[in-house]
Amino acid sequence: MPGKLKAKIVAGRHLPVMDRASDLTDAFVEVKFGNTTFKTDVCPKSLNPQWNSEWFKFEVDDEDLQDEPLQITVLDHDTYSANDAIGKVYIDIDPLLCSEAASVISGWFPIYDTIHGIRGEINVLVKVELFNDLNRFRQSSCGVKFFCTTSIPRCYRVAMVHGFVEELVVNEDPEYQWIDRIRTPRASNEARQRLISLMSGELQRKIGLKVLEMGGNAVVGYLQCFDLEGESGLVVRAIGTACTLDKLSSGSAPNTTTHVHPNTAPASNACNSPSKDGKEPVFGEDVLSFSGPPTPFRALPTSSSSPPPFSPSKPCSRQSSSSDTDLSLTPKTGMGSGGSAGKEAGPLKTLLRQQTQTALEQREFPFFTLTSFPLGFLVHVGGVVSARSVKLLDRIHNPDEPETRDAWWEEIRQEIKSHAKALGCHAVVGYSESTSICEEVCILSASGTASILNPRYMREGCLDIGNTDHRFEEPSPPSCGFCHIPYDELNMPFPAQLTYCHHCRRQKVPDVLFTTIDMPSEAAVSGKGCLIQARLCRLKKKAQGEVNATVISNLLPFMEYELHTQLMNKLKLRNMNALFGLQIQISVGENMLLGLASATGVYLTALPAPGGIQIAGKTPIDLSNEHHILTIQKRINDTIAKNRELYQINPPKLFALDPEVFGGINMELTEEVVGSPIPEPRQRSRLFRSHSESSDELSELDLSHGKKDAFVLEIDDTDAVEDIHSLLTDAPPPSGFYSCNTEIMPGIYNWTSAVQMFTSVRVFRLSNVNLTNQGLNKIFTDLCENLLKSFYFKLRSMIPCCLCHLNFTVAVPEDELIQVAVTAVAMTFDKDQTQERTADKPVTKGCSETEEQLQFPLELFADSSSTNTQTSSKISASSLDRCSPLPEGRSRSLRSNRSFGGGSVTVVKMTPLSFLPGTRIIKYLGIINMFFIRETTSLREEGGVSGFLHSFIAEVFAMVRAHVAALGGNAVVSYSMKECMLMENPHKNQAQCLINVSGDAVICVLETDQEPMSSTTSIGQTCTSGAT
Amino acid sequence: MAMELDVFVGNTTIMDEEVYQLWLDGYTVNDAVKVRMEGGVLEECEASADVLLSDTMDQYRTFQMCERLLHSPAKLANQLLFQIPPHRQAVLIERYYTFDDAFVREVLGKKLSKGTKKDLDDISAKTAVTLKSCRRQFDNFKRVFKVVEELKGPLVENIRQHFLLSDKLARDYAAIVFFANNRFETGKRKLQYITFQDFAFCAGQLINNWTVGAVDNMVEDMDVDLDKEFLQELKELKVLITDKDLLDQHKSLVCTALRGKTKAFNEMEANFKNLSRGLVNIAAKLTNTKDVRDFFIDLVEKFIEPCRSDRWTAADMRLYLTHYTNSAHILDTFK
Repeated sequence: MPGKLKAKIVAGRHLPVMDRASDLTDAFVEVKFGNTTFKTDVCPKSLNPQWNSEWFKFEVDDEDLQDEPLQITVLDHDTYSANDAIGKVYIDIDPLLCSEAASVISGWFPIYDTIHGIRGEINVLVKVELFNDLNRFRQSSCGVKFFCTTSIPRCYRVAMVHGFVEELVVNEDPEYQWIDRIRTPRASNEARQRLISLMSGELQRKIGLKVLEMGGNAVVGYLQCFDLEGESGLVVRAIGTACTLDKLSSGSAPNTTTHVHPNTAPASNACNSPSKDGKEPVFGEDVLSFSGPPTPFRALPTSSSSPPPFSPSKPCSRQSSSSDTDLSLTPKTGMGSGGSAGKEAGPLKTLLRQQTQTALEQREFPFFTLTSFPLGFLVHVGGVVSARSVKLLDRIHNPDEPETRDAWWEEIRQEIKSHAKALGCHAVVGYSESTSICEEVCILSASGTASILNPRYMREGCLDIGNTDHRFEEPSPPSCGFCHIPYDELNMPFPAQLTYCHHCRRQKVPDVLFTTIDMPSEAAVSGKGCLIQARLCRLKKKAQGEVNATVISNLLPFMEYELHTQLMNKLKLRNMNALFGLQIQISVGENMLLGLASATGVYLTALPAPGGIQIAGKTPIDLSNEHHILTIQKRINDTIAKNRELYQINPPKLFALDPEVFGGINMELTEEVVGSPIPEPRQRSRLFRSHSESSDELSELDLSHGKKDAFVLEIDDTDAVEDIHSLLTDAPPPSGFYSCNTEIMPGIYNWTSAVQMFTSVRVFRLSNVNLTNQGLNKIFTDLCENLLKSFYFKLRSMIPCCLCHLNFTVAVPEDELIQVAVTAVAMTFDKDQTQERTADKPVTKGCSETEEQLQFPLELFADSSSTNTQTSSKISASSLDRCSPLPEGRSRSLRSNRSFGGGSVTVVKMTPLSFLPGTRIIKYLGIINMFFIRETTSLREEGGVSGFLHSFIAEVFAMVRAHVAALGGNAVVSYSMKECMLMENPHKNQAQCLINVSGDAVICVLETDQEPMSSTTSIGQTCTSGAT
Repeated sequence: MAMELDVFVGNTTIMDEEVYQLWLDGYTVNDAVKVRMEGGVLEECEASADVLLSDTMDQYRTFQMCERLLHSPAKLANQLLFQIPPHRQAVLIERYYTFDDAFVREVLGKKLSKGTKKDLDDISAKTAVTLKSCRRQFDNFKRVFKVVEELKGPLVENIRQHFLLSDKLARDYAAIVFFANNRFETGKRKLQYITFQDFAFCAGQLINNWTVGAVDNMVEDMDVDLDKEFLQELKELKVLITDKDLLDQHKSLVCTALRGKTKAFNEMEANFKNLSRGLVNIAAKLTNTKDVRDFFIDLVEKFIEPCRSDRWTAADMRLYLTHYTNSAHILDTFK
């Protein structure tokens, strides 16, 4: 009995009128945990009752503490008939079980009823007293911290990354139990809500146990999902990355993950990280001679063990740091390279691989749900790996042994693992899993980015020893190292065209890179990024069972192929060469499949410039056709040129430096001139995927377009014309707006503190019975495009502004319905500063590209950066006063004004990102994971489906905010809406909706001090310098 | 587009002030879209009509959901459903309770009852304020009336605190409540030229000087009802016109003071008796509820109109009344 839960019911307010005669309510409260229930007195005839109850005490196992929610029911007392329920509050007490999170839950909670929505508020106090339990065989895992954030949380330091954890639990869905035919909708909804709350508690506890077994203390990138399989049951599953995290004392640097230390990133050009020890010499990578005492570093490249064709005579130096002592001061910051490292670099690299290999091979699945990493963790990126499988659902017979579902996922993960191996990678990062269910057919999908990781974070104690490990340093600079191919050049897994890295010119890079992760903050980019989406609809015949599954799995490869082609073309059209945050979603409906791929395109300066798009006709004899082709070609070329300007892509002309050495590559550059008659070299694909139906067949799909040249679009039929038109119809965002689906927008660094998180849902009814694939595609594309346009319009008062983390989810809820739900955050940035920076740019660029760089006194760099910091913080401070109608109350919100006595409400900011610009997270209070059902039998009266869903989403936000405020927090980071299932029956005037949301509750404070450690500014600066 | 459902919900509730005004003015969604299009918002942001329609619908829904809270503005500050920055809350409330002068002029002094509400369509047609907006304004008047009716303390302050309104707006509401409670007749043709603000000024004066609250500020209904005792005492003024000597004395005092100070002196002197009789008669009758209702019409007929026909200026009027009052004080009877 190792825990005592105490709850106190203080007061209620704004209660609904339950007694029509008196226009008042006689309210009392039932407090339930497990099987114990307490009641307060009845507070007669009041809409604002004061109960001020005693402390209700529950003595319970910590296992129950983790699984069960505290259940508070507000009722109206009725002398003659049964008491009427007003509504309920479920409080997840998990955050109280962890010493580092919240210590008390206290605040106003909305009283929620699944039929009526929010009905007043109740003020509750909850505390937990935990006794130490040293039982080794315990079933609880109290104290393991959970984070939805897919990077190392800001006020922690990662001591070790243990790896992948997964678990799933299944149960019967109460909605489909026979008892529900006689239960009221309210009872059934509440049974469901309670069950899912219990199941996710159990799931979290089980995952916690696995983490403890591995020796970790936290789960980062925790992703929990529900599969409502209907008749066959309910599955709650979760994946995450087990880590050992150390809390940084509040005084120290808030994050080592984002802040690039001069020692660790000496190679990024003109790195002017404003760190304390900014005076250390910093060497650019193009350094030909050192200003410091000569060291043996110069000779190093020759001994590098990069792939065979690597030219050893190339006079480029590797990254280095002149002082060893600093490394010992900051051992944890990652990629320092030591003095003795060089000579052994060759053998060591092999050794590194072997070690990593073994470190990772011990794991069943070397998967990581993280999307951004501590510096130096990610060594090379291979490309996107994904796997899908179509399954037929059948009843889960024994909920205690969910073997079938486990086996399904196991199969998919194995596939992912083998794909990664084929790409020469030993790990998969940015890993995620999802499902799409329609009737009894279920598509399971998994995807991630194959990569090679630095083993340092995976071995016990290595970080604390520090110095011994920096020898296992990859010789590639961090700004381009991750682009270097991990696979063997002579034995490539797919046809690819490689060139020498345009950044360090020492290793090979592919010409296009697709990934599911966020762009590493140290990556060198040119210009800004943008959201790129490929959208696709495919009709299919209605079918049942096995036949249906076969039809679907036959369609999948074609869809993937087309989505990929679209992505590639749109990427080229924007003059970019890499995709980050790629998510491909395929949703299944009765009579169609929907595919939506979203990613953020950028121009990585390490990769070669993208070629143009060539239009070719199949019958060149036809003159009118020829003319037509020319017109299209011109339009495409114009678009490319326009985009280049729009996204400010001005890659540095690297090769001008040394035309002799790089003559070969220069040639290629000329070939890349847009519209050149010579078709571009063959396209290759980083996408490796497969499909399997219920059988174990694996079919690998080569997306490299066979012998055809990918950049050549052939107009041989109307389909192709349509494709090209759709390619050109994507409207760029209006001026002042940028958009991306990743955490940070490449090219924007000077965020101001205004944020506006929003959720938008649209459902389109297909009216036309005889729809073609083209027609459907057009409708779907318009739906997505119009959504974006709508956002731009609504948020126009925030200009200049960037929509970040645009997360689209598509579904086919019914026969003729397409549903698109989007959650994103709009963040403002400072335009003036952008201009200032662009003005600065040529100077910085100039110095980074030539040897002149060396003549810049390093102190000057440090100085200029610190003044930059000052100006930037000044600007952001002044922008605080600027009165804009949309953004949330800024300074007000951050001075956490917790007043529970009925005063004003704490402002709680929400964002799908892992940070809030202009603020510093000082404490993580625990995970928020909530599931709500709302139902109505008076749809018309509530303003139709739109009115119904609008108020439901607003209610969900309100409940999330209330829980965060009660934990003492003032923000939710990494917020996401994982599920939004809407079922409607307008004829019966009914609708039901299920929403599942999650995020991390945090306390954040304004970054008032001008410390260079201020995370956002320092990211900005390092990135800017990296971007040149 | 056959959009079955289309919603946009921000963590901070997004409200466009222009659309809010259109909503308050009772425009339908389609009309509001038209107005916005004409306003040129589309060109500004490269949007299409669809986008505008969707945005307008969203906003209208938000306002409808908020309306319940605006009925008791204090709730808006501590409700949890909408996260609205305090300064925006203030704007929302203030705008919601703002009324059209044309409309208020029509219902000023009328009983805020169902009967009056039924006539709103006529008022709407007459004032060109949409029926929806008329209803909102009427309901606002009624709501404020109901709440402050039962409260002790100063009227303006009560309104300000309960409805979180600006001082100016709270004063206007106090006037509306005061007029509605005393049922002052304001609709007669002869009173048409008087604006709401004129009446509001009078209401302010009456509240400050003629109500119970003006004397004792912890009595119920103190600011809403005229002080009965005071009205009773006004009867004593009759002596000013009934006593011939006193009347002459009063007249000579006033005329001495006015001589040479105004061009209208001759008319003032000639009409003194009539005017004084008119004023005192109005005052003496105020114990009758019926005569209270006719207070303004009587004032206009018996006092203002004669003065106007004599071409008094506003300054003349002020001067005359000042001396009229001061001189009365000097008379032995009132010492």
